[in-house]
Amino acid sequence: MTYTKRIDGRKFDELRPVRAEIGVIPNADGSALFAFGDTVAIAAVYGPKPLHPAHMQEPDRGIIRCEYNMLPFSVAERAKPGPSRRSKEISMVTGNALSSVVDLSRFPGTVIDVQILILQANASTRCAGINAASMALAHAGIVMKEMVSSVSVGKIDDKIVVDVDKDEEDYHEGEGATDMPFTLTSRNKNIVHLQLDGKLQLQRFKESYEAAKGACDKILKYQERALKGEKINENK
Amino acid sequence: MQIPNINRRKISVLLKENKRLDGRSNYEHRPIHIETGVSNLAEGSARVRIGKTDVIVGIKMNVQAPYTDHQDEGTMVVSMEFSSTAGERYEPGPPKMDSIEIARVVDRGIRESGFIDWKKLCIESGKRVWSVNVDIYCINDDGNAMDASALAAVVALKTAVFPVYDEEIENVSYGEFTKNPLPLTSNLPLTMTFYKIGDNLLLDPTRDEEDSSDSRITLAISAPKKDKMINAIQKGAETPLSEKDLDEIIQQIEKTYDLIFPDIEKKIKDIVK
Repeated sequence: MTYTKRIDGRKFDELRPVRAEIGVIPNADGSALFAFGDTVAIAAVYGPKPLHPAHMQEPDRGIIRCEYNMLPFSVAERAKPGPSRRSKEISMVTGNALSSVVDLSRFPGTVIDVQILILQANASTRCAGINAASMALAHAGIVMKEMVSSVSVGKIDDKIVVDVDKDEEDYHEGEGATDMPFTLTSRNKNIVHLQLDGKLQLQRFKESYEAAKGACDKILKYQERALKGEKINENK
Repeated sequence: MQIPNINRRKISVLLKENKRLDGRSNYEHRPIHIETGVSNLAEGSARVRIGKTDVIVGIKMNVQAPYTDHQDEGTMVVSMEFSSTAGERYEPGPPKMDSIEIARVVDRGIRESGFIDWKKLCIESGKRVWSVNVDIYCINDDGNAMDASALAAVVALKTAVFPVYDEEIENVSYGEFTKNPLPLTSNLPLTMTFYKIGDNLLLDPTRDEEDSSDSRITLAISAPKKDKMINAIQKGAETPLSEKDLDEIIQQIEKTYDLIFPDIEKKIKDIVK
């Protein structure tokens, strides 16, 4: 049995139904929701604001302090609240990806807090979180060189797919499942975040990157529409 | 961490001509030394030195209940710490993000390559399995602790044997060893970390080079049946990598892997009988 058809019937280069909107947290300086099907993330941005403790301040630039948080009830087996090694790593790579496009030299000595909450998880949570955070930063009016968009490219058996869901993540037949979250800049499709878990032939890396480019272009369009005020919900 | 600007400038100027402060070319490694048997009370142990970077890994095993989603498979826990001996910048305290990241990338590289046969670490399905604890300590840091950690972890696992275990009374007799090695494949999962300084890519940086770098990407590679396989990727730092960088990295892995890894394999074979 090879993976000829996706479990949920999508085309190999098709995203799950997207939800995207801004302004979901009224108190925040900027906020957004982004969902790939059942994976729902919201992000809130506070700042730039003075950074305390003062010794953490950087005299020539601001910093982005990012926290990715999976709510305990967002997964089938309750997740222990609070930071784990996994969540700390995701917070770091997300912070790095966002820092690469924000002109932090304009905000010396300050911090921009980016809070990401996963309300419901069906794989690709870090990508949904990054997409929401990128929108929230733009919504907060923070000067960005480019937007970033994020998607998990998968190799399920020997097929390259985009926007991996939990069933695909758990696929064990054939070559099994490989998960590659990519975050790309909107214009040059530079890589600002990339991870991989699984087994990918070195020669197939390029193909995966191409799939990520295509998917990120689609995601960018949703982000831009939402930033113009549209409430996107393809779930009907 | 701040390094003298004059070094930073020198490093990036030299790199443009494919040169480095210590005379190496961009993709050239420092000498790699591998030792085993660091602790005779560990189930397995190894010490890897790459230049002046020095990493020690010990393996300890224990019996525990399996995870609910892997009832018949053993488990592995990888931890990494920069010991406060490793350099002026390292202070005592819980592991920081840099060491957590190394532990997690080493873990993913080993796990995803199928290096360990998890099913053979099962004692009684749903009840008892072996858990392999991989503790990595960098005791002197002169750059590239990532690749040194991955290599040392793999060598330590290669040397590891099961401790004596009494199934009746469910007791591990620590300090007494069987002759049974861990169920491993011959396919070594190792990492290659590329650093970018200005427009130049390099491998195996010294501490000063690492501090001067703008971006980095680690790839955990194994080569089952000669087909090179990526088992883990981790892009680090804030500066983006371009498509051109990626092309260059993929090309370099093809070349450098075949240059370095047979030598490492031979070294491991000579030590681990």
